[in-house]
Amino acid sequence: MGTVKVRLFARLAELAGTRSEEVEVGEGLRACDVYRLLETQHPAIAGLADTVMYAVNQEYAAPETPLKGGDELALIPPVSGGDSCCSR
Amino acid sequence: MLFEVTDRELEPERLFNHVRKDAAGAVVLFHGVVRETNLGRNVEYLEYEAYPEMATKVMEQLVGELHSKWEITDVAIQHRTGRLEIGETSLLVAVSSPHRHEAFAAGEWLVDRFKDKVPVWKKEVFEGGEEWIEGDRH
Repeated sequence: MGTVKVRLFARLAELAGTRSEEVEVGEGLRACDVYRLLETQHPAIAGLADTVMYAVNQEYAAPETPLKGGDELALIPPVSGGDSCCSR
Repeated sequence: MLFEVTDRELEPERLFNHVRKDAAGAVVLFHGVVRETNLGRNVEYLEYEAYPEMATKVMEQLVGELHSKWEITDVAIQHRTGRLEIGETSLLVAVSSPHRHEAFAAGEWLVDRFKDKVPVWKKEVFEGGEEWIEGDRH
């Protein structure tokens, strides 16, 4: 069924110690399942699933989105904004 | 529309020239600049990281929405990644419109949406520590 390319960014990438992973696609694999899988490989990211958004093929997607071979799944920590000038 | 994520110094003049058209009576050019303090801390520098392929797609959607709300002539955005020192520009948003009210309103809207939606992250390195700034909506 192929593999999914998983991309990690910012705090998640630092905690996991990696920016990219390949995950085998099993029957009914969803975006949120991939997070659980990565949590077992990288315990430092455990417990952050609730703060993370998902993007499948560069589009925001629900956690329950099913994945297929060749998809790119991104784990998106809260975005901080493009500038610092207006933070108070 | 011009949108770029780059680790080089941003180019306000190029963005201005991109959006300046004979039909536009107003150009608003916003600079987001690295400030020396945040949350009462002395900032040493910022590190920006982006997901450029997705940022481009999200930006296209936002600009589509922008055109449906205001009469806008053109839009240009640049975001810088990597290490930025105090006083350097991290974000440029240029909007041109026939009239100034629309240029101001659309520019503000676009900067706000950018901060909510576009996958760009900021790590603040301050005296005594560092932190990824998450969910900073101000």
